[in-house]
Amino acid sequence: MWFRKRKYTVLKPPVERRVEIPDGLWHKCGECLAITLAKDFEANQKVCPKCGHHEQMNSSERIISTFDPDSFEEDNEHVKPADPLKFFDSKKYSDRLVIYQKKTGMNDAIVTGTALCGGYRVAAGVMEFEFVGGSMGSVVGEKMTRLMERAIKERLPVIVICASGGARMQEGILSLMQMAKTAMACARLHKERIPYFTVLTHPTTAGVMASFASLGDMVIAEPNALIGFAGPRVIQQTINQVLPKGFQKSEFVKEHGFIDIVLERKDLRPTLINLLSFFAPWAKVSESGEKKAESA
Amino acid sequence: MGLATFDFEKPILEVERQIEDLTSQKSNPKISRKITELEKSLHELKVQIYGNLTPWQRVQLARHMARPHSLDFIKAIFTNWTEVHGDRNFSDDKAVVTGFGHFGERPVAIIGQQKGKDTKENLARNFGMMHPEGYRKAMRLMRTGEKFNLPIIIFIDTPGAYPGIGAEERGQAEAIARNIRDMFTIEVPIIVIIIGEGASGGALGIGVGDVVLMLENAWYCVISPEGCASILWRDRAMAARSAEALKLTATDLLDLKVIDETIPEPLGGAHRDPAATYENVRAYIAKYLERLTPLPVPDLLNQRALKYREMGVFVEDTKE
Repeated sequence: MWFRKRKYTVLKPPVERRVEIPDGLWHKCGECLAITLAKDFEANQKVCPKCGHHEQMNSSERIISTFDPDSFEEDNEHVKPADPLKFFDSKKYSDRLVIYQKKTGMNDAIVTGTALCGGYRVAAGVMEFEFVGGSMGSVVGEKMTRLMERAIKERLPVIVICASGGARMQEGILSLMQMAKTAMACARLHKERIPYFTVLTHPTTAGVMASFASLGDMVIAEPNALIGFAGPRVIQQTINQVLPKGFQKSEFVKEHGFIDIVLERKDLRPTLINLLSFFAPWAKVSESGEKKAESA
Repeated sequence: MGLATFDFEKPILEVERQIEDLTSQKSNPKISRKITELEKSLHELKVQIYGNLTPWQRVQLARHMARPHSLDFIKAIFTNWTEVHGDRNFSDDKAVVTGFGHFGERPVAIIGQQKGKDTKENLARNFGMMHPEGYRKAMRLMRTGEKFNLPIIIFIDTPGAYPGIGAEERGQAEAIARNIRDMFTIEVPIIVIIIGEGASGGALGIGVGDVVLMLENAWYCVISPEGCASILWRDRAMAARSAEALKLTATDLLDLKVIDETIPEPLGGAHRDPAATYENVRAYIAKYLERLTPLPVPDLLNQRALKYREMGVFVEDTKE
């Protein structure tokens, strides 16, 4: 009867599916929890062979998986972050930077330079999510801008692999201005008709998505990456509704017309080579590197 | 008429009340002497309080409901204001007003993020938070201005670009990114004035200019103080502290070389004397229009690009 005390089902906390994995030998998928041999997982470019989940790659892994072997030459590696606001929360920003620098071996959240991609010489920028969430402060803005300026000078097509939570809060307004600075560089590339491809990986959001990441002639995304302007949590709090399934994921953004191609990691390199052959045939400098997509 | 007041204004109100009390009494020499004395100390008190506002107090002033908003400035400063609507693509975003008017003799294109004076109007205006169609509406107006050689005047006052489902579906990030890029190609002078809140990409999406000015009590930053506080301390109540840390006041931005000049406000904020505020803003527009309009287009575009090219602070260590 309705007034009878309702029976509550006591929900047991889910048993944690804990598998002890000896370091380095096995890999457990973050999505489907499938266990694979670490070396198989690495050979599969950090994509789970069971469920196809694309694990995040760091910038050095990206460089290896995207460009011709040993072809990447870094530039502007000595551009380092400062602490213009003397920003301080529970730690000083300057101390945080040192921690991230030690952890990643990088000065800031992007590495730039030139590389070959299927024998095409390109200007390349690769963001490092491990460094303060790949956030854009003055260094990312400056290095991106220099990369594009160099691309114009040497007539190199530009490939930028994005992974970023947005602008870097700890550099305040200066981070916001990097959106303007990089978009300005994009305007110049656009005018000079230098091909510019952006690859959006998980996650690419906020200030980076609202500047250079959106401005590629071709905008490519990895499957199931979080892509958008506002974070899902902020949207949820603002509108107080359940977000639609797949909201702000690559496929969703593509369906709404803002991404040109969603590509599995194994198809990225051959497709980039194809695109280079369409838009930048003049950039081909060697036959090294494998052939185009059809033989990949 | 009573304007909403803040805690830090309480000592001022107290003296004002005393003066009011005395004025209502029968006047005699003793009382009028007392009034004059109090008025003098009132002025000193105001200078002391309003001259030493903390960043968080300025943020509160910038959000004051009675603070003049874009349309107030537009109607006071320009004649023949003619509003036009829509992005010719999806809809008319009411969080931003666009149109044309005369500045003195000169026709200009005008854009302003528009907040409401009350809750009802705020709902209609979406609190000044634009959707992608708003950014596209603004760009459409800029292109029209450019086509007919009209300088563009932009008023910024937004708590941010709208974070919602439709906004994401229609490409909020793309709309802002494209605006920022394309504003570097607009072949007429652009004057940007931050009159209240300049929150992040939502502001920058119509905020690239040859000159960027800021009212004394406005704020402009990569994130709102509350947003920053909830990320860093998981507590929005720490907003006062993050307002301090973020360096978001006009003085800070002048130091960081992000804005060109600060426009002074009347004592106590723009809402205490709107007419004087409009007059100040008018003078700055006049000054910069005169400076920018004679520039040949290539110089104008180069200067604009260079201005932003130089923003940022980093260290270059070539010794390694």
